[in-house]
Amino acid sequence: MLGLNRKDGVLFLIVVVMVIFAPFILNPFPSDSSLAQFNAGYPDLMQRFLIFGIFAVGFNILFGLTGYLSFGHAAFLGAGSYAGVWMFKLLGMNVLYAITASVLVAGLFALFIGFISLRRSGIYFSILTLAFAQMSYALAYSVLTPITNGETGLQLSQNDPRILEGASAADGSLPVPSLFGLETRATHTLDLGAWSFDFNAGYYICGVIMILAFYLSIRIFRSPFGMMLRAVKSNQQRMNYTGLNPRPYTLAAFVISGMFAGLAGGLMVSMDPLAGAERMLWTRSGEVVLMTILGGAGTLIGPVLGAGFIKYFENIFSRINDQVLHQWFAFLPDGFENAMVFLVHPFVGKGWHLTLGILFMLVVIFLPGGLVEGGQRIGRLFRRKKKTDQAAGTAQGQNTPAE
Amino acid sequence: MESFIIQILNGLDKGSAYALIALGLTLIFGTLGVVNFAHGALFMIGAFCAVTLGRLLTLSHEVLDPSRTDFLGNPAMVKVPYIYDIFGPELGATIIDWTVPLSILFAIPVMILVGVVMERGLIRHFYKRPHADQILVTFGLAIVLQEIIKAFYGANPIPTPAPQAFTGSFDFGVLLGFDPFTVIYPYWRLIYFVFSVVIIAAVFAFLQFTTFGMVVRAGMADRETVGLLGINIDRRFTLMFGLAAAVAGLAGAMYTPINSPNYHMGMDFLVLSFVVVVVGGMGSLPGAVLAGFLLGILQSFASMSAVIETIPGINQVVIYLVAIIILLTRPRGLMGRKGVMED
Repeated sequence: MLGLNRKDGVLFLIVVVMVIFAPFILNPFPSDSSLAQFNAGYPDLMQRFLIFGIFAVGFNILFGLTGYLSFGHAAFLGAGSYAGVWMFKLLGMNVLYAITASVLVAGLFALFIGFISLRRSGIYFSILTLAFAQMSYALAYSVLTPITNGETGLQLSQNDPRILEGASAADGSLPVPSLFGLETRATHTLDLGAWSFDFNAGYYICGVIMILAFYLSIRIFRSPFGMMLRAVKSNQQRMNYTGLNPRPYTLAAFVISGMFAGLAGGLMVSMDPLAGAERMLWTRSGEVVLMTILGGAGTLIGPVLGAGFIKYFENIFSRINDQVLHQWFAFLPDGFENAMVFLVHPFVGKGWHLTLGILFMLVVIFLPGGLVEGGQRIGRLFRRKKKTDQAAGTAQGQNTPAE
Repeated sequence: MESFIIQILNGLDKGSAYALIALGLTLIFGTLGVVNFAHGALFMIGAFCAVTLGRLLTLSHEVLDPSRTDFLGNPAMVKVPYIYDIFGPELGATIIDWTVPLSILFAIPVMILVGVVMERGLIRHFYKRPHADQILVTFGLAIVLQEIIKAFYGANPIPTPAPQAFTGSFDFGVLLGFDPFTVIYPYWRLIYFVFSVVIIAAVFAFLQFTTFGMVVRAGMADRETVGLLGINIDRRFTLMFGLAAAVAGLAGAMYTPINSPNYHMGMDFLVLSFVVVVVGGMGSLPGAVLAGFLLGILQSFASMSAVIETIPGINQVVIYLVAIIILLTRPRGLMGRKGVMED
């Protein structure tokens, strides 16, 4: 199917189904129950799942396949965002303009940075990309203010030209990004008994693009090009000796992953037309590293899982406050209850980053393959029993005739 | 000419901090071969050692003060630090005033302990794993440490003043024969510079003139052979990690009056210190120190208004620009040895 083998086809189908039915899957609790705070099915968060999924999938093409650890990918996200908003300002509010421009701009930017950074490998590469990203951040914050609008961030305004659409609305409201008239913020709410589900146009636009991006990443992973990138990771010297120059391959991977990041940036501004310099900060680059590693670098589904995981818990954990904790531990005697709340308190609410950091360290230490490897290990645990039974059976079968 | 000297002086204090952090980073990289992304966090913990000591010293109990009354006419409750009871009010007040210098004594054991625990507990398991894994796990550790500090001390900067005696400024220009008040420089920054020079000299002397330092240097050159000679090189390297942590911690503790400590100061300094290490040459101690001061001064020159007018924004990017140029043209850095991490 679509040039995928059976296993990849199934994986791809699962992702497609998940994306289509996410508004249902992520809203398992009735909207007025006490568990409703664990619902993640509101448009804003679902869009973020997909956008960061694209970002992480792109990062994975570089880090997962070639092993080059870039600490500056946020620069492409930021560049894509700025390009997107400028398209809204100059051309019109169709998201296609923004997405196309952001992919192209981020690609060019990545070509420039990658061309220089890829002259070095290992830690030097990480530091070079970090330096470039910090430079872009500093410049976007200060000197490039005419383009980036500095601290305030780039916004739409009334007197933007928008040459393809003419003057803005007469009532003075700012126009909204749309796809051929379908506004990205348009939401249809479906009430089914106690449940309510939101179907958001922007979410499904992101969904289609994310599915395309995911498909592209599968094809890259399975292509001869992907094989070359793996060769770069496993032994670059040997690749050199076989007469292959790794540079064009790594540069291509860098540009592709930069374009994915730009695409994510373009989608971000399509959902909310605002771009700020802090999107380029190196902690943002660190975030995508966290997502990819947590999910499983070098695997197809890992980055998507990691992005979803981090964004979900970021939202849920930061909403748990002391009051909620007291409710949870209410069954304990008072002293214990307070003690438990005191113990758990630093890890939830504003302390979510602490939990994330600990989790990330645990994954790097014990589970270098991320959540995907964890899943495989659990799967193997269940399967091993059968296999050992079989193995014992065959061993016996072989032994008996010899006796 | 005056402004020239001012810029050099301004660059020195930041340069000192860079040099100290980069020195520790290089020590760790040279001995253990680990790229420590948590080193900025150690700098921050050092700064919070000073804050903690300040809080410990001002722990107080309330007593009735008969000589003063509150607005209702009752005798007022006054907070009296315990330290007044032990040393008497005058000496006690002096001790509290001198919190930051005293925190040196407090920070050394704490930081060595933190460093040793970090090495034995975590980083030891990562020697055989790729550099990328080391970067990732120390990056995670940096997040954890910084969030722990945030949980205890909050997100706002905590002002930590220098002792009263050092709050003024020093008229440096008079010494050089300029008019008074043309080149003035805060006392504390001068002290910070002198302090960092002393620390750097001490570290070098320790490595150069003690048997322990000699063994460590030998281990840096050829770890296996030193191990074969029956020397427990691992234990010494662990102690070097503790030492590097202490250097970073002291840099942080003394930096508090210049810049009020907050939980993300470590991350801010970390990126720049890495750049410093790379410019100086990976694994070269003198290179790290030289590059630290050079880049500090360079940054301060780049923020002169005349320079900014010609090349706008240069003050923000000059360090990164230098790093990129160095990495591309001379990957081993200013003083790096040939063949060490050159690819």
